[in-house]
Amino acid sequence: MAENKVKKVAVNTTINGEEMDILVDPYVSLLETLREVIGITGTKEGCNDGNCGACTVNLDGRIVDSCLVLGVEVEGKNVETVEGMATPDGLHPLQQAFLEEAALQCGICTPGFLVSAKALLDNEPDPSEERIRHWLAGNLCRCTGYDKIVKAVSKASKKSK
Amino acid sequence: MVSTSENKNYKVIGTRPIRHDGYDKVTGRAQYGADIKLPGMLIGAVLRSPYAHAKIKSIDTSEAEKMDGVFAVMTSKDLPRLGDVVRGNSEESGSEKHLSENVMAFDKVLYKGHVVAGVAAKDQNTAFEAVKKIKVDYEVLKPVINVDQAMAKDAPILHEDYSGDHLGKKVKNSNIAAHARHEIGDIDDGFKKSDLVVEKEVDMQTVHQGYIEPHTGTAVWDEEDRVKVWTSTQGSFSVRDSVSKVLELDVSRVKVTPMEIGGGFGGKIPIYLEPIAAVLSKKTRRPVKAMMSRTDVFDATGPGPGGKVKVKIGIDSEGKILAAYADIRLEAGAYPEAFIEAAAKCVFSCYDVPSMKIDAYDVLVNKPSSAPYRAPASPQVAFATETVVDEICEIKGYDPIDFRLKNVAEKGTRTALGPKYRTIGLKECLEAAKNSDHWKSNLDSNPSPGKKRGRGIASGYWFNIGFKSSVNLSLNPDGKVALTEGSTDIGGSRASIAMQAAEVLGIPAEDVRPSVVDTDSIGITDVTGGSRTTYATGYAAYNAAHKLIEEIIEKAALKWDISKDHIEYSDGIVKSKTDSELKMTLKEIADDPPGGPIVSSASVDLEEAGGGFAVHIADLEIDEETGKTDVVNYTAIQDVGKAIHPSYVEGQMQGGAAQGIGWALNEEYFMNEDGVMLNSSYLDYRMPIALDLPMIDTIMIEVPSEEHPYGVRGVGEPPIVPPVPAIGNAINDALGLRLLSTPMKPSKITEALKRKK
Amino acid sequence: MIKIFLPYKIRETLGVPTEIEADGSNLRNLIDHIEDAYPGVKDYLVDEGKLKPGMSAVIDGKTTRLGLIHKLDDVSEIHFLPSIAGGS
Ligand code: FES
Ligand code: FES
Repeated sequence: MAENKVKKVAVNTTINGEEMDILVDPYVSLLETLREVIGITGTKEGCNDGNCGACTVNLDGRIVDSCLVLGVEVEGKNVETVEGMATPDGLHPLQQAFLEEAALQCGICTPGFLVSAKALLDNEPDPSEERIRHWLAGNLCRCTGYDKIVKAVSKASKKSK
Repeated sequence: MVSTSENKNYKVIGTRPIRHDGYDKVTGRAQYGADIKLPGMLIGAVLRSPYAHAKIKSIDTSEAEKMDGVFAVMTSKDLPRLGDVVRGNSEESGSEKHLSENVMAFDKVLYKGHVVAGVAAKDQNTAFEAVKKIKVDYEVLKPVINVDQAMAKDAPILHEDYSGDHLGKKVKNSNIAAHARHEIGDIDDGFKKSDLVVEKEVDMQTVHQGYIEPHTGTAVWDEEDRVKVWTSTQGSFSVRDSVSKVLELDVSRVKVTPMEIGGGFGGKIPIYLEPIAAVLSKKTRRPVKAMMSRTDVFDATGPGPGGKVKVKIGIDSEGKILAAYADIRLEAGAYPEAFIEAAAKCVFSCYDVPSMKIDAYDVLVNKPSSAPYRAPASPQVAFATETVVDEICEIKGYDPIDFRLKNVAEKGTRTALGPKYRTIGLKECLEAAKNSDHWKSNLDSNPSPGKKRGRGIASGYWFNIGFKSSVNLSLNPDGKVALTEGSTDIGGSRASIAMQAAEVLGIPAEDVRPSVVDTDSIGITDVTGGSRTTYATGYAAYNAAHKLIEEIIEKAALKWDISKDHIEYSDGIVKSKTDSELKMTLKEIADDPPGGPIVSSASVDLEEAGGGFAVHIADLEIDEETGKTDVVNYTAIQDVGKAIHPSYVEGQMQGGAAQGIGWALNEEYFMNEDGVMLNSSYLDYRMPIALDLPMIDTIMIEVPSEEHPYGVRGVGEPPIVPPVPAIGNAINDALGLRLLSTPMKPSKITEALKRKK
Repeated sequence: MIKIFLPYKIRETLGVPTEIEADGSNLRNLIDHIEDAYPGVKDYLVDEGKLKPGMSAVIDGKTTRLGLIHKLDDVSEIHFLPSIAGGS
């Protein structure tokens, strides 16, 4: 079949600080590349069409829905996922705040929210509730009603000051 | 938090420890349904019907089979044809035949998205390409997509071979799968004596549970005819039972390992892809994983039934309700079960009414087979009842809380189905609402120009099922306890179950490590649903912990060579009642106990927890020009029995309120005449985002349930019941408009405003 | 005597009054006694020696999980009702 004969493309990229060379089908999304090629499954699929934010990753400092980016597009770029947030010394303050504030129920949306919220706090250490709600508008959560997520982000922001 | 229980000195219960599974979930390590990868695994994909109603004349799979990278193709010919046997009597009720037909169509497709064939291939792309090559010859039939069409004379019939139960009579060739009636007292007399009678009919659109994780199913069928299944489900045992039925295998041949579950709200009780993955694995002898897209999820799973509900209530001149009548017509979807008995139980649940009559219809339509959705059918009927009650208060000038208190259901009140309530806490909720800062606050009547504000209140009920649960405990040599259980954890239940064992043992919550295990590793446990998990599995943990203490005392007696009667246990210390020298910590007794390790297990099969009530207050701001509605202030009040982990109880209340707000204002299956859903993506099926909602204030009331040692009531379901009517009533307060159909979206508001002028 | 309430459709079909009275040491022989007075009722309630799937018995406000072996000491009313599906 023609579509199966498409050649894989060699991609050099950095995932959570680790530089790597991978082979990717040119039609495969970054989400699938992370999950199937590299084998890290913390980044989740909720819709595969850019409307839920469960697949949010940080690409060179910008948050993107990884289901809308091709794997081949990350050549030479830095990708950060939820797996890159904690260090051997412990959790990122946002992760800690999500646990303390019970900001997750089922947890499927949590990686996306954490990556989004980290990008916010990296640039704005003390956002207002309104600003947090605006920033997180691209991430769906069906379990929590967002209340505790907003509180956790706000708690982490003050903590990190 | 308001508590009516005498303040027992709990050490663990009522505290807010970090949940045991939390670390895996904030780091991306937790494994959900789609995350499993097995050696040699193939990817499954299914072909779905493009038509909502059609006969399958033939299926040609030959082109697909010939494709490179395709390992197997299946149709319903590969499944046993099952008879019309009724299964179980709880969550997964229905006939075996329908269970199997919903997995894969045999002769007819009954909704758009109904599965007709399956493929296993080397990767997803190949599987999708192969599915496209399967040719199906359909004879397209006219669909019925709402209760009016389905109940009309000469309506196309979904199930020609099925006879419905109409008040005890078997009726063929009808889309009414059941007509049930309940009657208490004499409503004709009640209405005759009434001073005021108000009647309204509401029209509810179909909605979806909306969990973010799509369904998956992974299976291995081995040479010994044993089937292993990995799936994200609310009930590993119900999946085991359903899969074994559809495949005609003994239950012990099926082992289900529950993955972490990315939301369910009732929608992850049915099976969909699991038997298909199993049959494809049988044909290939390799593991097969199948996954749904978001569109598949909307087209073929869930939904929560739409339908029409008419409610009529009569009151006397003193404002006492004399009679109530309801006519409830709910969409079952393609197969029977629209939760009409639950609807009947809930419709007048908040009131003490001497005469009631309810007619309820379970109506087949060409939509996916309805699945439970958080307090199934209760929001639908509450919308009608609470709107009528609000209208009565408006006409008579009654305070809506005082009117509800005057007619409040409490212990001993006879319900519409007949039985009397045991201890319930609705009155306490209404009183708390009356005393809340929110209710006492002024609704800012000077909003921004062009906008109007309104406040609405409504109450709601769900009854919390009990059923079976099992828990095992094992005392480790370091004095910590391992707990295994069968309730899949959808939102922190591992913690609330472990906390109940920890409370009994008098040790910190962190010292009890809970795991949710597969169906071969624990006793039968019913689904995580019906608000039963913290109640029933928590009860099993409570019993198992007491048994563990008995074991500890027994081993200490052996070790010290004294009688058991002289030994006591508290807070992690076992000691002699008479000799103060004789005492051991859990670590000491667990280190090489005489006669083997210290373990215990317990199981329960419980009755209902006694029912949970919620009262919600909503303040809205509505733009008169655009019809856009903002929720500006929201308070959820609920009798939670006893909050084991208050953070997760609040989370249930807030999450339920948010879903209800979405249901009220935005969410609907928008279908064309052919029965095709036109908004089957998150872009168009608009669920609330962070920006749409305010903080949701919670007031937890604790009126302990009589059926549980700590007084636990289920808390997951009541909070989705009041939001739809509370918002409808608030819109009426703001604009003087009764919108009687969901969603109460901007276009309906602007149109109604135009008509009013 | 215990007050017994049967589901609407059974009452309609068999012409049983809204409220009847019967006695029994457990649910099984209570149903036998009802059957003596109103022949045909048992078929609706019992199947293969168990409460019929889809049927439940609410004994003084609590739905029995024991079924026909449920002992009836100090019971004042029993409602037979269709069992209820649902839940999340
Ligand atoms: S999976 Fe990418 S936005 Fe939903
Ligand atoms: S916690 Fe379940 S979707 Fe957010």
